[in-house]
Amino acid sequence: MTSPSAVRQDVRVGADASQTRARRQSAPRARRGTEPHREPVHVSHVLFALPALLFFGVFALLPLVGVLVLSFTSWNGIGAIHFTGLTSWTEALSRSTTWHGLALVVLMIVATWLLQTPLSILLGTFLAGQQRYRNVLAILYFLPLLLSSAAIAITFKSLLDPNFGLASGLNLPFLKQNWLGDSVLVWIVLLVIIAWQFIPFHTLIYQGAVRQIPRSMFEAAEIDGAGRVRQFFSITLPQLKYTLITSSTLMVVGALTYFDIIFVLTQGGPGSSTRILPLDMYLTGFRGNEMGVASALAVILVVLGLGLALGVQRLGGTDASASQMEGA
Amino acid sequence: MRNFSLSRRSLFGASAGAAAMTLAACGTSGPGGSGGSGGSGGGNSASIWQLSGQPNEGIYKDSVDAFNELDKGTLDITFFQNDAYKQKIRTAIGAGEAPTVIYGWGGGGLRTYAEEKQVDDLTSWLEENSDFKKGFVDSVWDAATVDDKIYALPIGATQPIIMFSNEKVLDKIGAEAPKTWDDLMDVVEKANSGGAAPISLAGQSRWTSMMWLEYLLDRIGGPEVFANIAAGKKDAWLDDAVVEMGNKVKELLKAKAFADGFESMSADSNTDQALLWSDKAALMLHGGWTYGGMKTSGGDFVSGGHLGYGPFPTIEGGKGKLENLVGNPCNYVSLSSAASKDEKTVAKSYFLDGMMTDDVAAAFVKSGSAPVIQGQEDALAKSDDADYLQWVYTSIQDAPVFTQSWDQALQPTDAENLLVNTEQLFLGKLEPEQFAENMNSGKGA
Repeated sequence: MTSPSAVRQDVRVGADASQTRARRQSAPRARRGTEPHREPVHVSHVLFALPALLFFGVFALLPLVGVLVLSFTSWNGIGAIHFTGLTSWTEALSRSTTWHGLALVVLMIVATWLLQTPLSILLGTFLAGQQRYRNVLAILYFLPLLLSSAAIAITFKSLLDPNFGLASGLNLPFLKQNWLGDSVLVWIVLLVIIAWQFIPFHTLIYQGAVRQIPRSMFEAAEIDGAGRVRQFFSITLPQLKYTLITSSTLMVVGALTYFDIIFVLTQGGPGSSTRILPLDMYLTGFRGNEMGVASALAVILVVLGLGLALGVQRLGGTDASASQMEGA
Repeated sequence: MRNFSLSRRSLFGASAGAAAMTLAACGTSGPGGSGGSGGSGGGNSASIWQLSGQPNEGIYKDSVDAFNELDKGTLDITFFQNDAYKQKIRTAIGAGEAPTVIYGWGGGGLRTYAEEKQVDDLTSWLEENSDFKKGFVDSVWDAATVDDKIYALPIGATQPIIMFSNEKVLDKIGAEAPKTWDDLMDVVEKANSGGAAPISLAGQSRWTSMMWLEYLLDRIGGPEVFANIAAGKKDAWLDDAVVEMGNKVKELLKAKAFADGFESMSADSNTDQALLWSDKAALMLHGGWTYGGMKTSGGDFVSGGHLGYGPFPTIEGGKGKLENLVGNPCNYVSLSSAASKDEKTVAKSYFLDGMMTDDVAAAFVKSGSAPVIQGQEDALAKSDDADYLQWVYTSIQDAPVFTQSWDQALQPTDAENLLVNTEQLFLGKLEPEQFAENMNSGKGA
């Protein structure tokens, strides 16, 4: 067995703290059948954590408290802030746009996951091979990762323009569609662009994970007569379980807060077809100048995000009998 | 203490134009320098934010440069994209980080600022400088006035909404620029059968569709209907004319009057103008500011005389006159109440000696727009765009009523509701009655 710990570092890139913890605890426990080793807390540990804690407190917790407070007020963005109790909350919960936005977020999460996960796993597995041409392809695949969302959105908006976009540039009339003006087409466009942007990132995670799977497992499987496909489903996929959870967490929470691409491409339109909740929050706050209602929406998003992240972690984290290193 | 607040403000104000795109609110100090260290002139400095986009960006930049040469203080100017600016300025005011000079559109937005005491009352200052006040055309002061007090000064050019047409396309399909609603529907029909888009409209931007509503309501019910709405009269949106306006939109949609894919088009990229000047569309209802853009981008479209312009057609049985105009009387600048005394002094010097000088007026005329300053007849007659500019200038003077653009005239929250409902109406997802109902109850879509 090769030591997985060095390679595993790759996988941790982008994984949040709790994910790392879950991995550290459950994997060795299952392998050795012993209780996880707990280190005593030293003063130096606290000191090391202090800068990060301060940063988190000032830039994450404090604004969060501010938003929570604002959600019990009515404020037009300038002028006086009036405490109005639950008015903003009742308004936020009784608006049809809120529930519409929420439904769209769920659609976004499900569709994003279904589209991106299989493609990322396949690409990641493919790119995990050490062949030179795959390295070249990897560089090409990862390119969208380097572009800013706003730039991507502006570029696609020009390309998709019904009169002056790709259709007239390449003289391909079938490309002349109402890409951003049709409530169904616009979703296909959004999902594809978002996938184009984020699949490279998840591919990178899966590539690292596949590379850390011990070669001996594949060699053993090969001796037993397992083919490529069988190896993929029986070894690669089960071994990617924790990576799948990491990637899914990022994907789900990411989909919950998609904003930039949609804001630039459609502004929530046509009508409210793509007015997902985060965008609804922004437009309510900064266009409609209803900061109280927008803050209530923000709190809903935070709770939803935390709940979903925890839920996805739970989905794979508590099953202690499922070893990732089985047979290694 | 003063130095600190000053440098913070100018630091904020100097964030580069690139930041406007991301709405990021931080940046580096610009060349104007900060806090009492003295620029080229009197030692004090003030800040102004402006909208990016030529030709106005260049004109305002030059006017500020010229003012900074006068040794009356230094003005730092920063440019932002239109849509981003509208949200940024409000956030900045709310956070006490507004520039000294607040650029805007008057009307409902200005009312909010005035009611929250974020901008200074300039009435008495204007009385002291009555010559300065008299230099502007009269029609501009309405939208700058809140409860009989003037909170803003006019800047820039008058921008009525104009029915533009492509004469080449009209010739080809055998139609003429519409004078009545029936003419308009005739153009639509002929364009559709002649292989051209009847009307270019950037529907995604929403305020573009709203311009149609503005004129339709005026022509059907007369200017009083919206005047009642803007004044906040009860059930003003439930006027029959509002529903009739919605029916006309339905009629247009049914006749496929707007270019294919208009729901996808956004005015920020000027593709709606391009559709007109590239001979793909016959008509376009748009603000006068697009003239300069079409002149710059459209090759010989404007200089070759292919651009037609005229008033919005009348509607049979309607109350609105052909001469009634809708649009932006001009833009406005206000003085931030949060600014220091020194900053305000510099800003006021700029108002008097830099903002709308003869050079600035001449630059506007040259760019193809009519500045809001008295006595421009000669300058307009001599300009390259004399026909167009004189037409605009006389239209404004002859207009019985000049209704301010709805999204500027209404309070910001109502304006946003209006835009949401307007888009739904133009997508055919909202019945006219429901539109009126939604607007009356202040409901978004």
